[in-house]
Amino acid sequence: MTNPVVSSPHVHGPANVSNVMLRVVYALLPAIAGCVWLFGWGVVVNLLVAITAALVFEAAFLALRRRPIIITLRDGSALVTAVLLAVALPPLAPWWLVTVGVLFAIVFAKQLYGGLGFNPFNPAMAGYVLLLVSFPQEMTNWAAPAALRSADLGLVQVLLHSLTGALPTGTTMDALSSATALDTLKVQLGMAHTVSEIRGGPIFGLVGGRGWEIVNGLILLGGLWLLWRRVITWHVPAAVLGSLSLMALLFHLVNPELYAGPLFHLASGGAMLGAFFIATDPVSGATSARGQLVFGAGMGVLIYVIRTWGGFPDGVAFAVLLMNMAAPAIDYYTQPRVYGHNRG
Amino acid sequence: MDNQANPGTPRQLWRFHGGLHLPDHKALSSGRPITSATLPKRLVLPLQQHIGAPAKVLVEVGERVLKGQMIAQADGFVSAPLHAPTSGTVVAVEERPVPHPSGLSAPCIVIDSDGEERWTELHPHAHWATLDAGELRNIIREAGIVGLGGAGFPSFIKLNPGARTEVDTLVLNGAECEPYITCDDRLMRERAGEVIAGARIMRHALHARHVVIGIEDNKPEAHTALREALARVDRHDIELVQVPTLYPTGGEKQLIKILTGKEVPSQGLPIDVNIVCHNVATAAAVHRAVERGEPLISRVVTVTGGGVAQPHNLEVLIGTSVDDLLAQCGGTTPTLSRLVLGGPLMGITLQHRGLPVTKTGNCILALTPGEFGQQGPVRNCIRCGECARVCPANLLPQQLYWHARAKDFDHAQDYNLFDCIECGCCAYVCPANLPLVQYYRYAKTEIWAQARDKKKSELARERHDFRTERQERDKAERAAKLAKKKAALEESPAADSEEAKKAAIKAAMERAKAKREAAGVEPQNTDNLTPDQQRQIDEAEARRATEKKNESANERE
Repeated sequence: MTNPVVSSPHVHGPANVSNVMLRVVYALLPAIAGCVWLFGWGVVVNLLVAITAALVFEAAFLALRRRPIIITLRDGSALVTAVLLAVALPPLAPWWLVTVGVLFAIVFAKQLYGGLGFNPFNPAMAGYVLLLVSFPQEMTNWAAPAALRSADLGLVQVLLHSLTGALPTGTTMDALSSATALDTLKVQLGMAHTVSEIRGGPIFGLVGGRGWEIVNGLILLGGLWLLWRRVITWHVPAAVLGSLSLMALLFHLVNPELYAGPLFHLASGGAMLGAFFIATDPVSGATSARGQLVFGAGMGVLIYVIRTWGGFPDGVAFAVLLMNMAAPAIDYYTQPRVYGHNRG
Repeated sequence: MDNQANPGTPRQLWRFHGGLHLPDHKALSSGRPITSATLPKRLVLPLQQHIGAPAKVLVEVGERVLKGQMIAQADGFVSAPLHAPTSGTVVAVEERPVPHPSGLSAPCIVIDSDGEERWTELHPHAHWATLDAGELRNIIREAGIVGLGGAGFPSFIKLNPGARTEVDTLVLNGAECEPYITCDDRLMRERAGEVIAGARIMRHALHARHVVIGIEDNKPEAHTALREALARVDRHDIELVQVPTLYPTGGEKQLIKILTGKEVPSQGLPIDVNIVCHNVATAAAVHRAVERGEPLISRVVTVTGGGVAQPHNLEVLIGTSVDDLLAQCGGTTPTLSRLVLGGPLMGITLQHRGLPVTKTGNCILALTPGEFGQQGPVRNCIRCGECARVCPANLLPQQLYWHARAKDFDHAQDYNLFDCIECGCCAYVCPANLPLVQYYRYAKTEIWAQARDKKKSELARERHDFRTERQERDKAERAAKLAKKKAALEESPAADSEEAKKAAIKAAMERAKAKREAAGVEPQNTDNLTPDQQRQIDEAEARRATEKKNESANERE
């Protein structure tokens, strides 16, 4: 009996990439359910379109690159990209918008760089930003929360709208959509209204945007579950939310009528999704614990800066991509002290 | 004596970065007392079972040897001798396959046992306290004792801290952190007295201020046994410390950090921080060598895993084949998939069952497919950083992997490749199933090979530089000579006129003619001989003439 030489270790732990990816998807399920409840079936249609497109594009490019298709699809990364993008896009987005976003995310931001593990940018956010700068009107047309809708669409009607743009007779887009809280705040501040005046409006809820605050809460819940299952560590989310809160608190204390407080920032827009699901993407983020703190803190500051003084209502996607660029440098300068090497 | 050695106050423990809580599978064999393996018919003893130079053979094929007789001696300082594990006949001294990561063959002494187990004469030293450190080291060296924990470094060297170095703490490693292995556990339970006796000898040899025995807290019986053994000899100066079970606590650097808070410097040795670390089994072997005079000819081996019918802890003669041991454990199961020498995290694959157990072989692990854990496809690194979180050296394994894979060895070294202890934690947790440790071994080997090549080429370059320099010096000297000659010629007046040239030629021709006339013959290389040379030639001619005469005389007869 002669055995092949196998290098140690001879045993392996239970972790594998597919499990990690699937858990990220599971953690988003409460938030997806919340979206359906608050903003209608749109997110489900987005998910259907995005997942189909992601799997098709991924498979096609794997075939072109002569890589194993089934094994690679099973890593679950295309699925996660699709789900994150679908959740981030407006619920009443047309199918082509979703598809273009997914195409850019999967093909340009990932496969052309060499596939999972080699992408310098978070694919979902790269796709999101492409859409945001190319189709600003479609991207800011958010579904109105249930209490503010004058019409409701069934799943089939939303699907038809997504595919053909047709709405049931008598229903207009205006009846279904509204601006987001962050958008409204920005526009109205520009018109010399104060924060307290603006927040008296109907689209604002208890702490953030109406509906949004609940979805953000559900995303936080999913994020905490990821922490508990040790899919992610606390460093990135704590740093993102901490620095975003700190920035908001500082400016809010200076002038509360010009700058919304930290709770509003945490409960609005993509803060929670960014902190727990996007910035924790290991491939494009920093890896060491200290590096992750720097990465997250930088991202929180950028989110606040873009939201407050930038040209776009939300800054999560831009902040992630900017910090992605900085990740290699952060990793380089935050190397841990190796055993047996002098401190400092 | 400071409060650290005071039994009243528990010693402060530190922790190292990372580490893993692994399913330990020790229950398979930890309940099995040490039993002696049956005497094998044939023993194969590799000449190199330690770090350092292979031993030099002292016996010849056909020679009868006694149990405990030295059959190969240490070759140089970093080396260890080898002893016959039983009495019998040397039947071969040749290359045999040995347990080695790359499945190599190496020179071995093969002994067929006569079944009589006749000992050679032993020289026990019951009163070792009267011996000085040098004498003790010599006994330990002659007994062929090497680190039994796995590395196999000759123990006497580690007991020689150097005249100017003070040893603060002697650490005895009883952590046994790798899953499955229970040989040290059983040894501490059943031979606690030997371990303590060995510890005292080592302490004496080192003049160590403190002795600390570190045991993982998953071995309470071993801890109790050692405590009782300490109480029996009334030694309060040897401290027994339970450390949390966490792989790789048994790594020398990790255990030292836990027990003392000190870190062994990178590329350094424990002695650099005034610490010496030995395995508990080595301590027991030292006791046997000194107090009983017995060289290292056997060790405790755990034979375990799902692939073996009845796991055992066996006292095994060095050189016994793995196959013999498996047979004594009821044979292997049909599901056996891989044989490993050592633990599941750091052991080496045994290519076949005929390989011998060596001094460092603590465990024969027969693994079945169900014991390998998750065996998914190898994927790209997703930089999750799980490897960095578990790395006990606090390295960035993902960066090391990246650079090793790209053969960018300079960068791999920038990321401290050589501080990697190859414990396997990173590969165990890697969700992409990357064989990380294999990449690091590859990179290390390549770097060593490059260093060797570089040394070689540097030597060649030095030689070449020297040669070029010498040639240039010769050339310069020749040029200088020529220039001098030329200058001398130019100094002579009217050297360039036609007449002068003709005169010179004429003069030269006349000189030559006169010479020829004086000699009376054409010039030969025998012209201008010294008187001494001339005498030698004359003598030779005379000898030849006599010989010729004799010859012709013989012919005539």
